[in-house]
Amino acid sequence: MKTMRDAFGESLIELAAKRDDFVVLDADVAGGTGTNVFRDAFPERFIQCAIAEQNMMSVAAGLSTTGVIPIVTCYGVFASMRAVEQARNSIAYPQFNVKIAASHLGLDVGPDGPTHQAIEDIAIFRAIPNFTVISPADPGELKAAMPVILDYRGPVYIRTGRSPVPDIFGGSLKFEIGKGRIIQEGTDITIIAVGVMVHRAIQAAQIMEGEGISCRVVNMSTIKPIDKDLIVDSAIKTGAIITAEDHNILGGLGGTIAEVLVENYPVPMLRVGIKDIFAESGEPLDLARKYHLMPMDIADAVRYLHKLKEMKR
Amino acid sequence: MEKKNSKEQKLTDLAQELRKHIITMNCHAGSGHPGGSLSAVEIITFLFHKEMNFSFDNYRSPERDRFVLSKGHACLVLYAALAQKGFFDTKEFEKLRHVNGMLQGHPDRLKTPGVEFNSGSLGQGFSFSLGCALGGKRTFISRYTNTKPDYTNQNVLNREFRVYTIIGDGELNEGQVWEGFMFGAFHKLDNLVAIVDYNKYQSDDLNSNITALEPLMDKFRSFGWYALEIDGHNFEQIENSFLEARALKGKPTVILAHTVKGKGISFMENNPKWHGSLCPSGDEKIQALKDCGYGECVE
Repeated sequence: MKTMRDAFGESLIELAAKRDDFVVLDADVAGGTGTNVFRDAFPERFIQCAIAEQNMMSVAAGLSTTGVIPIVTCYGVFASMRAVEQARNSIAYPQFNVKIAASHLGLDVGPDGPTHQAIEDIAIFRAIPNFTVISPADPGELKAAMPVILDYRGPVYIRTGRSPVPDIFGGSLKFEIGKGRIIQEGTDITIIAVGVMVHRAIQAAQIMEGEGISCRVVNMSTIKPIDKDLIVDSAIKTGAIITAEDHNILGGLGGTIAEVLVENYPVPMLRVGIKDIFAESGEPLDLARKYHLMPMDIADAVRYLHKLKEMKR
Repeated sequence: MEKKNSKEQKLTDLAQELRKHIITMNCHAGSGHPGGSLSAVEIITFLFHKEMNFSFDNYRSPERDRFVLSKGHACLVLYAALAQKGFFDTKEFEKLRHVNGMLQGHPDRLKTPGVEFNSGSLGQGFSFSLGCALGGKRTFISRYTNTKPDYTNQNVLNREFRVYTIIGDGELNEGQVWEGFMFGAFHKLDNLVAIVDYNKYQSDDLNSNITALEPLMDKFRSFGWYALEIDGHNFEQIENSFLEARALKGKPTVILAHTVKGKGISFMENNPKWHGSLCPSGDEKIQALKDCGYGECVE
């Protein structure tokens, strides 16, 4: 299994060999975000901004007017909260072509604890006009997304991640902004997942298959603009939806899907995610167990919602 | 008043016209920030008419010099200067701060031609300028000749451009500014000049009654910048400071420009009331226009 940060670093190097229109900005966390390999390979395209994320965001905006696409890299907490007002006023409002790539997301951060676990970043960035919000599910999808977001003109917030994630899509993959992907078809319930929860959703679907409940699994790697058509299609075809995210259940993927359903095709729904609390230090898997982000937890939600759906019938 | 040579006389006239525009706009809008606009008049006059390679003809060119008004609330003076340079008609002044107007309460690059950055959230314009200056030095672009970026102001640069930014003294309260001072020195941005409009007042009160800003020159120097202190209403001193900055290699320059808040309008000078959120009433408007040499053209 490849870590998301290694995949990110490799992706930058592969892209840099092919195209010369981007630079990488770092806030003294190159080891953490995976950009250290890029720094060593392309030092002149690596801009050290020090532990000063607010300045870094606005510097990126200025750089974007001079012939390069800046990729701002830092931890999710600092990108989405420490420097979010700079992301809004320096980048989003003037519509500069800056990409923000954030690592260290959710409980996947692990031992560093709640100060460094970004559990609000989806909710925050999707509330800012002009931002596109992307969260790839595996190393392959991250690598496929990078050239696409560089070709896209405008502000992008992309969640890279940190830990090892199983290869879901098996290498060759076409990434399209604004399109969710059906990973497996099913008829009883749809599980829509994002980021590290996608492979857990697939496992949950396998568990349910053994119990005779058929789950459609969707990878919703673009959270904004959201793939409304796929959500409505899933609601029509399966009649119930579960969302799964390593993020607060308020305002993130679950909130996004709920908004679409309520206005277009309301069906029973449950959100699996961090239940509006700060967690703690621990190994990512131990935290996922304790805070109910495991395949078993998604499966529990499926059983409950399936029962609810049957009762309503 | 001392007799001035003709060059300086012309700059003085241009400056007085900016003051008239500021008062006119302020009255149309019914609000805005006249005090901190008036204190920056001479600096902006010199930048726009003498110092910078920036005009309506080249403002989309990647090689233009950049001006960033980091203290974005003082945009009255920026709009006045842009209108004076022919970027738009002074008729636009009437719609300042009004719905469907081109001129926003703080600068907006997408709405107003000639505006580089949506400044106003303090500290950000300064950092933005650092980013422009770093890009202008193009240490990382020079190697790449086959770049084909797909947006308008993206081309190979043939010339290192210069970046000028005006920071407010109150703006120096922001931590981001000091992040920027470290960044500018570290990256040796000698194509950048930051001018501090040191009019001694911020929104509520004197700087010295808000926080411990001084000793500013010591601070700038200890952060690795070349620091100069001038009278920000004296064209000769402004010119000389820019000449010095241009000659200096290896570090950015910060000019601490001592100014008077509300400069040139008798009843506004050094009166914190005129920081913002109000405009001159009838009699005050007549007085203000008279103060900047336009006694006869009151509408």
